Amino acid sequence: MSEAVAAPAAGTAEAPSAGPVVSANDLTRRYGEGETAVDALRGVSLDVPKGQLTAVMGPSGSGKSTLMHILAGLDKPTTGTVTIAGTNITELSDTDLTKLRRRHIGFVFQFFNLLPMLNAEENVVLPLSIAGEKPDKGWIDELLGEIGLAQRRDHRPSELSGGQQQRVAIGRALVSRPTIIFADEPTGNLDSKTSGEILELLNRSVRELGQTIVMVTHEARAAAIADRILFLDDGLIVREARDISAHEIVAAMEELGES
Amino acid sequence: MTAFALRGLFSRKLRTVLTALAIVLGVATVSGTYVLTDSINKAFHSIFNESRNGSDVVISGKSAFKLSGDSGVTAPAFDESLLGQVRALTDVAQADGSVNGQAQLISKKGKAIVYGGAPNLGFSIARGNSPFNPLTLVEGSWPKAGEVVIDKATAGKEHFEIGQQIGVQAIGPVKRLRLSGIVKFGSVSTIGGATLAGFALPTAQQLFGKPAKLDEIAVSAKSGVSDQRLMEEIRTILPSGTQARTNQGQAREDAKETDSFISFLQKFLLGFGGVALFVGSFVIANSLSITIAQRTREFGTLRTLGASRRQVLRSIVLEALVVGTLASIVGLFAGLGLAKGLFSLFDAVGFTLPNNGLTLETRTVLVSLLVGILVTLLASLRPALRATRVPPIAAVREGATLPESRFARYRLPAAILLTALGFGSLLLGLFVPNLSTAQILLLMLGGALVVFFGIALLSVRLVGPFAWTLGWPATRIGGAAGSLARDNSRRNPQRTASTASALMIGLALVTLVSMLAAGIVSSFRGAVNGIWKNADYAITAQNNFSPFPIAVSEAVAKAPGVVAVGDVRAGESLAFGHKINTTAVDPATRGMFDLNWKQGSPDVLANLGADGAFVDKGYAKDHKLTLGSPVQLTFPNGKQKTFAIKGIFDPPTGGSPFGRVTISTATFDRFVQDPHNLYSFVRMQGGQTDANKAALDGALKDFPNAKAATRQKFIDNQISGLSSVLNILYVLLALSVVVSLFGIVNTLVLTVFERTREIGMLRAIGMTRRQVRRMIRHESVITALIGAAIGIALGIVLAGLLIARVDFIILSVPIGQLLVFALAAIVVGIIAAIFPARRAARLNVLEALQYE
Ligand SMILES: Nc1ncnc2c1ncn2[C@@H]1O[C@H](COP(=O)(O)OP(=O)(O)O)[C@@H](O)[C@H]1O
Ligand SMILES: [Mg+2]
Repeated sequence: MSEAVAAPAAGTAEAPSAGPVVSANDLTRRYGEGETAVDALRGVSLDVPKGQLTAVMGPSGSGKSTLMHILAGLDKPTTGTVTIAGTNITELSDTDLTKLRRRHIGFVFQFFNLLPMLNAEENVVLPLSIAGEKPDKGWIDELLGEIGLAQRRDHRPSELSGGQQQRVAIGRALVSRPTIIFADEPTGNLDSKTSGEILELLNRSVRELGQTIVMVTHEARAAAIADRILFLDDGLIVREARDISAHEIVAAMEELGES
Repeated sequence: MTAFALRGLFSRKLRTVLTALAIVLGVATVSGTYVLTDSINKAFHSIFNESRNGSDVVISGKSAFKLSGDSGVTAPAFDESLLGQVRALTDVAQADGSVNGQAQLISKKGKAIVYGGAPNLGFSIARGNSPFNPLTLVEGSWPKAGEVVIDKATAGKEHFEIGQQIGVQAIGPVKRLRLSGIVKFGSVSTIGGATLAGFALPTAQQLFGKPAKLDEIAVSAKSGVSDQRLMEEIRTILPSGTQARTNQGQAREDAKETDSFISFLQKFLLGFGGVALFVGSFVIANSLSITIAQRTREFGTLRTLGASRRQVLRSIVLEALVVGTLASIVGLFAGLGLAKGLFSLFDAVGFTLPNNGLTLETRTVLVSLLVGILVTLLASLRPALRATRVPPIAAVREGATLPESRFARYRLPAAILLTALGFGSLLLGLFVPNLSTAQILLLMLGGALVVFFGIALLSVRLVGPFAWTLGWPATRIGGAAGSLARDNSRRNPQRTASTASALMIGLALVTLVSMLAAGIVSSFRGAVNGIWKNADYAITAQNNFSPFPIAVSEAVAKAPGVVAVGDVRAGESLAFGHKINTTAVDPATRGMFDLNWKQGSPDVLANLGADGAFVDKGYAKDHKLTLGSPVQLTFPNGKQKTFAIKGIFDPPTGGSPFGRVTISTATFDRFVQDPHNLYSFVRMQGGQTDANKAALDGALKDFPNAKAATRQKFIDNQISGLSSVLNILYVLLALSVVVSLFGIVNTLVLTVFERTREIGMLRAIGMTRRQVRRMIRHESVITALIGAAIGIALGIVLAGLLIARVDFIILSVPIGQLLVFALAAIVVGIIAAIFPARRAARLNVLEALQYE
């Protein structure tokens, strides 16, 4: 077990004061070999600054998910390095990587991925339980209030709507106050009204809790709340934009060939 | 559709193999049993046939009734002058006479050579080149007076060489004889644990106390003379107390006892095979249910593509047929290995069985395949029927589940009804008087089967609370992984219940056996402690149960310090038309035994005289006997005598050393040839002291097959015989526990498949591989513990019922052992989890997250 991983205190979003919380340097990722090889990433470098919501956009197949998986340490790049909270994660063993994820990374999935036999509160607290940490009662109450499920903390996922389930998932990502949260198409499986609520919740997490989030999406509306948007095409970052409207985003996407 | 079913099987190789393993094991026990018993049977029959080779007719002493063989009582010998008369008959070519009996060989260290309970056969060899001699000389020469030949196996194991002196004990003290040769019996490689000792006729007659007498005459006819004619000719000169049989008839007669032993062994082992298969059917049904549930979408798709319900049903049944057939074939051959293992098992606990190579009969092949395939088909029926009710819409639904069975809401009432019916049938079988054995067995076995089904169904309701309670330690030990394991085990109660039920059956039976054993032991202990009052030592055979010659107690009586020796003789006689165990006591036992006399007084033991007898209370009631009632006994030699009842006693729960009728030793010895004692009790000056024990051991030096034991030691010795039987039972039941272990492996592997994405998520949010393994392991242990808890409870109840009925066992709960069984269940859970946990931990997080 690497002690380097344990640098920042557990459960804080505190990143090394110098530099970004996550940085990637010249990432490539090749699937398969020879004739049929696919280059999903072809040299991506980026920095994710603390306390910001970064959106990654691009047409289907452009490499968004691949990038996110590599940034989160779920996949290894073919070449290049990823540094999270000062640790080069491309060289860690599985166990060290798992421990790094506990402390520094939260996830929000498209298909919620809640445990059906646990209630909302238990699902939210799960990362702490797995890490063997005692949840702070005050923080859990605050968090359940934040995600709007204080009244439904005893409900099982099967008794919750899709939007509510996704909110539980966001609570689960926030609970350990990770250095960074990765969200892959968090609204991809929800209707538009519910999507709006989820985006609002993510936005609040950044503004009020100071959470750093990287969100993969191909919805303009989702990207519009971001501080910064990275446009990906064919395995490369082709454009970076700040504070642009949904209209401009749609235009940019159409330029990349996405309807 | 057919090709589709087969392709499906192949693409789910692992799942298919896991399901098949349960059948393989079940079928292996069945085929192994047949192979084992057929092999033993063949070996015994070749022993008996070869030992009668060369003769056409055999003349033997005739007892008034069929003797049990293990009672120590033998058919009366006849005068050797008959041999001359036989030889003088016109159609007789050759005739030789022989005597036989138990001849204990003594090792160089002075110990009796015994292999388990196998017999120590002693016999005379008229002449080496006799056509009737089944032995071949491996080394040395045939025995002359004062010499002995022994079998090659014993000579090898005990390092005897020709020319050495070897101790032989028959009915008198040890005799030293010169080893003149080493022999082999026919073609059989082992004759069980039996030892062979052959002597010249006069030596044998002397050893067995049959001077100028013969037990048998083997006769061959002149060529051209039919057996029939020879027989008729012999009959004209046969004196009373003898009989003549053809060679075939005699061999069949010789085999009768082993035949019934083998047939018992076969039924006994098949019973365990049946249990393993029964458990296996639970495992198969459960595995198929899970796989079919997981393939709901696939069936939906098939239906949208136009497959009819019938086609879906057919494809699943076909799959089951293929799996069942392949697994049964593998099981059939695995049975050969198992039979080998059983031979070694029996050998290890001291029951060496004769072995002449493994025999695979056509019947074995047929029964094994049929049973294996049928069980698989039956087990597949319910899941297959459920699959047919998958609607086409399931193809497009995320997370579609199997439709609930139409009968789901009747499940609880049905479970209760079945359990009640099962117990009802058990109670009927146990407590309704005057049922035939077949009826009792049918009611009991059927009842037990139905109870197991009922409890298995009921256990769905028990899983919730049981998993909660039994999973509590997991949450303490395993942290989050333990808590998740507990939640997971409660997630699909039906599945956990079925998986646990398979183990439940094995553990219920193990518990039942251990409860009965504990009951027998404690009632036996109570009985000995109650009856044995004023004696210091008991003399028994080395194996604790064989009757031993009365010369032993005569020698003991002469040992320094011995005040009194009280013998209990073992024998058989006919009374009221039935063969009964008939014992005899020495007047010296008066004062040694404390019996509860209902009629008569303790003095009865000393006052039986020439025509007195006493009986137990039950026998007196059955035959309406009171003091003075006459009882006529017919002894093996055909002589009859009427005795008057002088006492009636009430035996303790654990039994007494006495048979149904007991007479005095003096009278017994007048009617029984070569009387044997079952026990001799000894009272000594100064009680139990080292010096006294040394004095007894000194007196027994000439009788290495006998030993002296204090009351405590005597009890322990008697119980030790039970524990080797117990060990065999446990090993056999372990087979069905292993089958249920595969059931747990199966369920876990299938569950891991199903929860792939969930495991991916857990890994992503910080669960280490180790924690994943722990989570699966705890779930496995919780499942096993549920099975153990229900099984042990059920075992206790079943044992309670049996013990309430059987009046020689008292209820006693072996807490320590039951704890060991619970621990064993935990070990089963841990072992079962190894493979599935490893698979789960090795899942690639990304792939798992994207898994559908
Ligand atoms: N496991 C894989 N094996 C082979 N090719 C893959 C794999 N995962 C993704 N790809 C390919 O890599 C490219 C990028 O995929 P992905 O990152 O999923 O794109 P996005 O999330 O933007 O739709 C695509 O061409 C895709 O087909
Ligand atoms: Mg994607």
